[in-house]
Amino acid sequence: MEAPSILPLALESISLRHDGQQILDRINMLVARRRTTVVLGPNGAGKSMLLKIAHGLIAPDSGTVRWSGLTGAAAQARQAMVFQKPVLLNRSVLANIVHAVRLQGIARAAAVHRAHTALDYVGLGDMAIRPARSLSGGEQQRLSFARAWARDPEVLFLDEPTASLDPAASWSIEQIILELRREGRTAILSTHDLAMARRLADDLVFLHHGRALEAGPAASLFSDPKTPELTAFLKGELHW
Amino acid sequence: MSDLTEGFAAAFRLLFGFDADLWEIIVLSLEVNLAAVALSCLIGLPLGGALAVYRFRGRRAVIVLVNALMGLPPVVVGLLVYLMLSRSGPLGALNILFTPGAMAIAQAILVTPIVTALTRQIVESLWHDYREQLTSLGSSRRRAIPTLLWDGRTAVLTAILAGFGRAAAEVGAVIIVGGNIAHHTRTMTTAIALETGRGNLALALGLGIVLVTLAIVLNAAAWMVRERSTPEAALVVASR
Ligand SMILES: Nc1ncnc2c1ncn2[C@@H]1O[C@H](COP(=O)(O)OP(=O)(O)OP(=O)(O)O)[C@@H](O)[C@H]1O
Ligand SMILES: [Mg+2]
Repeated sequence: MEAPSILPLALESISLRHDGQQILDRINMLVARRRTTVVLGPNGAGKSMLLKIAHGLIAPDSGTVRWSGLTGAAAQARQAMVFQKPVLLNRSVLANIVHAVRLQGIARAAAVHRAHTALDYVGLGDMAIRPARSLSGGEQQRLSFARAWARDPEVLFLDEPTASLDPAASWSIEQIILELRREGRTAILSTHDLAMARRLADDLVFLHHGRALEAGPAASLFSDPKTPELTAFLKGELHW
Repeated sequence: MSDLTEGFAAAFRLLFGFDADLWEIIVLSLEVNLAAVALSCLIGLPLGGALAVYRFRGRRAVIVLVNALMGLPPVVVGLLVYLMLSRSGPLGALNILFTPGAMAIAQAILVTPIVTALTRQIVESLWHDYREQLTSLGSSRRRAIPTLLWDGRTAVLTAILAGFGRAAAEVGAVIIVGGNIAHHTRTMTTAIALETGRGNLALALGLGIVLVTLAIVLNAAAWMVRERSTPEAALVVASR
């Protein structure tokens, strides 16, 4: 966390097409340091794609992803992502995190220590030796979160981080997301959950059919939506 | 009829009387098979993994070729290895024709395409599911290969067992490069092929019984490996 920040992040006119369908259409977005940015939108709006592009997993057809200072792998090493569908290795809960930490070039003993800390962080401390894939969906999501956190990232991409969690687990993940900011980290998360967006967002991007219809400080977007789509979405009347 | 019952009786006497000649042949056969499979794994596991994760021009052609080589006729491999190792051949200076080493090499050539092709299939389907996650964790393609091999270990093990089955059953290659020399290069399959005609029926039948038992054990092992991994695999599919 002592290294110079890779933020702010600027996405400039990001477009993505697939099979003739415009999945993302000239998205501009600015992510400021230590402000939680929420990408809000209905199913299929393009939230997951946008996060993967920002994280460098998918190349956009046009537009640029610009981090401050670092580029490429060096910038990516300071980021982590929790995927909407967690992909866990076919090994123990602990080994999943150890693998991720070891990829940063950290020695085994230190990685194991870090992994235990991460498991305690998400309340999975007593499941360390379980096969990762024997966990419930929500537990897998939390493990996936712990794995991302264990890498000590400055920026965390969280794609629907509470989508498969029960209310108590959702609440605790939300607390952790708030805690991230106190640790000096910056979260960029996607959700279609209005209530969660209201609780967590500092900045908001409202995505609809691949277009960023509104963007800015969350408070002003919630109190004063400019587009009929966001107005409808806030009333729970816009589904996709 | 009496030939057969006589033969079986004599065969069991040899087997359970721990006839030195018979057991020498069994042990040598297994040593050659194991050496061949070990060599094939050394080449086939990394090669199959590399074919699965790297994209390069001519990749498809290589995959088609490797798949085709799975069906190499053993006698042809035997002939080619013979030509390479014979005194006037390019590797004649090694002076290993008609040794167990030559037999292991010939069998490795038969087994390597099997291990490579099956490993490629297994790792490629894992890579499809893991690619974004592993990339996010900063894993290079090269670093991903051992991770994927380990995660697909049960499937990889059945591929190795298939290779072992091929080595244990083939006769065409070892008979040409080994020569069925008593106490030196006589294996189960070469002994059966050549000793039957010489009236050594008990020996041939005894070895036949061992070979069939080995085939059953290998298949049972492969089946059990698959069986053990299936409930877990089903769980994974369900949780996706
Ligand atoms: N691999 C793909 N091939 C083709 N189209 C895709 C692919 N992945 C996503 N899409 C399409 O891109 C659009 C945006 O998908 P994306 O997953 O980003 O949506 P999302 O906003 O994350 O939705 P959700 O809330 O359901 O997760 C969708 O219309 C989807 O069908
Ligand atoms: Mg999504």
